[in-house]
Amino acid sequence: MATVAAKTLGFLPRPTSKTGFWSWVTTVDHKRIGIMYLITAFLMFLVGGTEAWAIRIQLIRPDNDFVSAQTFNALFTMHATTMIFMAIMPLLAGFMNFLLPLQIGARDVAFPRLNAFSYWSYLFGAIFLNSSWFWLSEKGVPDTGWFSYANLTSLKFSGGLGPDFWTVGILLLGTGTLVSGFNFIVTILNMRAPGMTLMKMPIFTWTTFITSIMIIFAFPAITVALLMLLFDRQFAANFFNVESGASVVFWQHLFWTFGHPEVYILILPAMGIISEVLPSFSRKTLFGYNVMVISTAAIGFMGFTVWSHHMFAVGMGPIVNTVFGITTMAISIPTGVKIFNWLSTMWGGQVKFTTAMLFAVGFIMLFTIGGLSGFMHALPASDAQQTDTYFIVAHIHYVLIGGSIFAIMSGLYYWFPKMFGRMLDEKLGQWNFWVMFVGFNLFAFPFHFLGLMGMPRRIYTYSSNMGWDFWNLVSTIGVFVLAAGITLFLVNFGKTMSKKMDAPADPWDARSLEWTIPSPPPEHNFDKVPTVAALDDFWYQKYPDEHHKDLVRPATPVDAHGIHMPGASWMPMFLGLFNTVAGVGIMMHSTVVLAIGLVGTFLAIVGWAFEGDGGYHIEVEGGH
Amino acid sequence: MRFRGSPALRRSALGLLASLSVLLTGCATLPQNPLDPKGPVAEAQTGLLMTSLWVATVIGAVVTVLLVIVVLRFRAKPGQTEVPKQIHGSTKLEILWTAIPIAILVAIAIPTVQANFATMGRIENPDMTVKVVGHQWWFEFQYPEKSVTTANELVIPVGKKVAVELVSDDVIHSFWVPQLAGKTDVIPNRLNHMWLQANEEGLYYGQCAEFCGDSHAKMRFRVRVVSDQAYTAWVETRLAQQKGLPAATDADIAAGRALFEGQTKVKNSAGKEIPKVNCASCHAIDGTTAKGKTAPNLSNVGDRNTVAAGILENYGPDGKFDAALQAANLKKWIRNPVSFKPGTVMPSHPESKLSDTELDQIVKYLQSLNK
Amino acid sequence: MAHDIAQAHGHEAAATNTGITNRKLAFWLFLASECVFFASLLIGFLVYGDKTNGGPGMELFNINLTTISTFVLLMSSLAMVLGVNASQRGLARDAMKWILATAVMGQIFLGFQVYEFWHFVHEGFGLTTSPLSTAFFVLTGFHGAHVFVGILWLLSLLWHGRRGGLTAEKSEAVEVGGLYWHFVDVVWIVIFTVIYLLPKVH
Repeated sequence: MATVAAKTLGFLPRPTSKTGFWSWVTTVDHKRIGIMYLITAFLMFLVGGTEAWAIRIQLIRPDNDFVSAQTFNALFTMHATTMIFMAIMPLLAGFMNFLLPLQIGARDVAFPRLNAFSYWSYLFGAIFLNSSWFWLSEKGVPDTGWFSYANLTSLKFSGGLGPDFWTVGILLLGTGTLVSGFNFIVTILNMRAPGMTLMKMPIFTWTTFITSIMIIFAFPAITVALLMLLFDRQFAANFFNVESGASVVFWQHLFWTFGHPEVYILILPAMGIISEVLPSFSRKTLFGYNVMVISTAAIGFMGFTVWSHHMFAVGMGPIVNTVFGITTMAISIPTGVKIFNWLSTMWGGQVKFTTAMLFAVGFIMLFTIGGLSGFMHALPASDAQQTDTYFIVAHIHYVLIGGSIFAIMSGLYYWFPKMFGRMLDEKLGQWNFWVMFVGFNLFAFPFHFLGLMGMPRRIYTYSSNMGWDFWNLVSTIGVFVLAAGITLFLVNFGKTMSKKMDAPADPWDARSLEWTIPSPPPEHNFDKVPTVAALDDFWYQKYPDEHHKDLVRPATPVDAHGIHMPGASWMPMFLGLFNTVAGVGIMMHSTVVLAIGLVGTFLAIVGWAFEGDGGYHIEVEGGH
Repeated sequence: MRFRGSPALRRSALGLLASLSVLLTGCATLPQNPLDPKGPVAEAQTGLLMTSLWVATVIGAVVTVLLVIVVLRFRAKPGQTEVPKQIHGSTKLEILWTAIPIAILVAIAIPTVQANFATMGRIENPDMTVKVVGHQWWFEFQYPEKSVTTANELVIPVGKKVAVELVSDDVIHSFWVPQLAGKTDVIPNRLNHMWLQANEEGLYYGQCAEFCGDSHAKMRFRVRVVSDQAYTAWVETRLAQQKGLPAATDADIAAGRALFEGQTKVKNSAGKEIPKVNCASCHAIDGTTAKGKTAPNLSNVGDRNTVAAGILENYGPDGKFDAALQAANLKKWIRNPVSFKPGTVMPSHPESKLSDTELDQIVKYLQSLNK
Repeated sequence: MAHDIAQAHGHEAAATNTGITNRKLAFWLFLASECVFFASLLIGFLVYGDKTNGGPGMELFNINLTTISTFVLLMSSLAMVLGVNASQRGLARDAMKWILATAVMGQIFLGFQVYEFWHFVHEGFGLTTSPLSTAFFVLTGFHGAHVFVGILWLLSLLWHGRRGGLTAEKSEAVEVGGLYWHFVDVVWIVIFTVIYLLPKVH
């Protein structure tokens, strides 16, 4: 192992330690970044869950006073914001980070330091937004909903710091996400192993690819909307100022141009996880791989054509509503195709119910329910009765918990050995699944009833004569069961991490490249760059069939001077930190803090540009 | 008929049954139930909802059955060592399960388009027009053809097509009377249109459905559907009152009115005469000097079924109007509005500001406005 | 960022599946994303075209003055093309001359913009006047900020060049800088068309 001589132009030398706290802070290794994403996001998931718990306690009975109206509004705002931007997205980003290079046979992502920067933007953005709970000011916590419709967010109607926290926080989180989007697309397009054409990529890589494309086109729209809101609030601009004649509906169009693609950003990678787990535990290749790829792309594209279905009650008229209703209904076609392809993947296979598989099958069941209620919202006249009721709350929880979170749980059980070198306890895992499954349905299925009984969303209390008492009680009981299920996972995690590493490279007899290397993988991932001749190449190496007997693989490229590894760096963390400091400055109207943030940001960029290579080489036995 | 709900005691016991029956039959034990439509707009919308619910249920059942079959039939058996056949796909099947959803969607698109055009937007040749103005957190109802304004309880005649214009005075709200019509947003700087019609007389529950700040949950209202004659009489009464509210014969009521209009003075610490209270600076009462615009018009407040935008009901579990209950509601509301509606701009009136006697007088005055 | 490519993929930065370097590919994606950014701001301007709130309206926008500044910006793109070309042929000194010319013309454009802003504010058309004025200043302001970042970028290239960094092998740095500059130019053409040309057509 030889260290490349570092140039000394930077302020800080490239760190060289490989272990300990600071090696994690300065790491540019996609696997470590992936794990940091997963752990941070899981903690945020618990924060968002706690908020959900408080919401359910407040609604356990009519006219309850567990929290005040304003606190309740802050709770549901922060619950959704946390779950969407700080839990589910980064949980999925964790999988993408860890798996993407492994699945395509690369040694890292295209821009390792930018990748680290994405994480630090996320972490500091999340800390910033959640610090609003502790900011001792009147109305300090965002309480205008995760959609924050204008003009409730104007200074006139929200005089506190809440919307400022929200605006700056989402801008910070969005920056990291956008950078990840560029990074992953370039990695996929440019750094695949020899022989791995696009149509031989694992399906999770495909969903990462489509999701990243959606990110780079969807996030600029919310960035603009947030900047407009920022200008309105900080500089008395008129983007959403009703008194000067502005249109508040304009915000909704901008927000949902982002917001609808965003929900597919939350579900497509989850579908990717399911599409990896089902074949492994059915011992069959994914049924209709080509169609799955096409339908993923179709969902991604169509996701940009349906935003106004969130606005059927805005009064756009029957023509516009009908058009958006039909584009929305059309999305159920590729989605339905996916469900039938998953069923066909299992059909004729040897289905083994590991915990990962249970969560995957649970996903199919629950996501189907969520998808079907989604189809009902697509019909504008019907949606006039459903929108802004608990029926919608049921829908989003079925697609985001039953869908995304169940897929994430499935992925955690599936890739845990690859990430941590240990197998999660299967017995506890089965309990984990069943308690979560029962708890979730107990918690969220009553929302369907409540919605159809006329209970609106986002109400902090209700009267007992509305007939909503019983199902609210059931739902609150459900949230405790669900929480118990998640606790079982934490127990399992703790128990497993206290064992020593003993996971084999390929514990599930799986199909993609990440299973060809040790668990956990060495820092350089592959001793030799793998070469690929088919989809599921690894499977056919183990079990050649008549179509995959004599596959010709490209020559293995030679690492001329050993394997070059990128050097660690302080700069991504500093850049993320000082961006956040600048955001605090804007929010507090403090020129001093803003100046510190901007100067720090500038210095971090300069340091980034001039810190030198700092990489090193790894010599591997047989690597030449 | 003033109330359409079930008695309080039965409610919790019947919760489960009621919920299930709602799904199956749409039975009317729930006051704010979209599955029990009482007018053509809600009927068209709920009809489409039920159609799509059945379609969704059938599709869901098919997927579930397939999933169960797969799970039971293709479980790995002990000792199984052979490798299953790796099937990469089937063009025939893919076409099949692309075509079937398309067929279902086309089939459902037809009633959808019909329902959309039947229920949304502006209606041709309405029988009358009302204008809904949203405020944080109450609804103002204007009758532009009659120059009548009321609040929180919309009065309309049965069987008439009512065109509804909607606009907001502050933030976005949404107007929703589940049994009569689905939601239409109430937006500042934008005049929206919808319509509704009630088949039966009765009191219908409505609630704001777009998050609008602190007391969004408390932004409720009623639609009182009356006979044609009763409606005409109601409008006549409103117009008559606008010409001047007769002076009260009852001394308490007269005192209450003086307090309301800010004519009862006290000396402040500087020795200057100021009104004891001045409800009229925000509230209006037709035919009096009370012309405030920022709070609900109280011209017929004694006639309304609720106090504070649908929150405090003036009727008991049997649905019968109860004047004593109304008086109690008005008193507790005036004493401390913020405890019922967090964030409201209406100030509280503790005893130091308004004695029990004075409060009684104001309440008597308000209750006298019962026509 | 230049180092990352080499770091991730051994020493041959060009050994990618597409044949395009990571940096250039990422930059193209960044520009695609920027299109949505500017499109959203432009839509804001179009939505608020007649929302003058009693202040000045579209008639304020002086097409003559802006035509000159637009011409200057277009010429700067030409200079940039020549700069990129020179750097690819290894003519570092020529490249630096052209890059300097580009930066100067960009600066002139910004000067025009500052003058125009100052003039508008004196005409009673400030950021807070109306939805139209807000949309105008934020749209053109963000474009101006992009030009400013571009100038800083060009200056950093010059600084590199003084230290002998602009070799033919490293011409990609100039090329990517050029991509950005041309993009900012093209965005301005669209903005110019929407704000200054189209209203005159009506």
